[in-house]
Amino acid sequence: MSYLYAAYIATWAIHVGYLTYLLRRYKRLRAEINDLERR
Amino acid sequence: MKITFPILAVLTALLLGYGLYQALVVAPTEQTMGDVQRIFYYHVPSAWAAGLLFFVNFIASIVYLWRRNSKADAVALAAAEVGVIFCTIVLVTGPIWARPVWGIWWTWDLRLTLTLVLWLIFVSYLVLRRFSSSGQTPVIAAVLSIFGTLDIPLVYFSIWFFRTQHPQPVMGNGGSIDPRMLHAFFVNLIAFTCLGVLICWARYRVEILHRQLEETQALESLLEARGSR
Repeated sequence: MSYLYAAYIATWAIHVGYLTYLLRRYKRLRAEINDLERR
Repeated sequence: MKITFPILAVLTALLLGYGLYQALVVAPTEQTMGDVQRIFYYHVPSAWAAGLLFFVNFIASIVYLWRRNSKADAVALAAAEVGVIFCTIVLVTGPIWARPVWGIWWTWDLRLTLTLVLWLIFVSYLVLRRFSSSGQTPVIAAVLSIFGTLDIPLVYFSIWFFRTQHPQPVMGNGGSIDPRMLHAFFVNLIAFTCLGVLICWARYRVEILHRQLEETQALESLLEARGSR
């Protein structure tokens, strides 16, 4: 049973990690664009 | 477009929740492997999603080489990156399943080795995109991805044409499967396909934003240089 949970947790950890990275990158790009527009 | 993304996101979340319930609660326990067989409901849909995304990358790369369309190049990059994420899940969940069933984490079996090669090809594609600043990078990357995609049919057919340690397909090959297992499998297959499309779409939007920012910064520095003359 621990192998099953390990596989499912690993799957979601990879997805959540990647989505967090994507969200942070999106926010950073948005902030940079807003900064450029203000200038 | 603004409404389609949240709708798809909600649908995907519902499907993933339903798929998880089907995989862990409704699908019966397999007699020989026990509960560890339930890894199959995440492993195979992840492999399918990875293959689909690499195929999207292949089509977008051909369109880019043919038309030099920058949107096609952005789609290719997004699909490759998200495909690598799904392929990583395949390479992680496979050994976790293999350890209790085969007694080993890894073997240089043809299916496993070709999947690792596919992952390495697309990781090198992403490294090329990330660190090469040459104007020819998208062209070189598109050619690399076209050659890399040739590995997908080899991965798929390797268990049909060669004797491998990897399990043979149990569906559509004379094998039988409990209808509840089949249902859990297809729900997760659809859910992971939707998740792949959704993440690829989000990655594409980030890429478009990144390119817009680069163009604006380039224009700004050009104007500054002209102003200082």
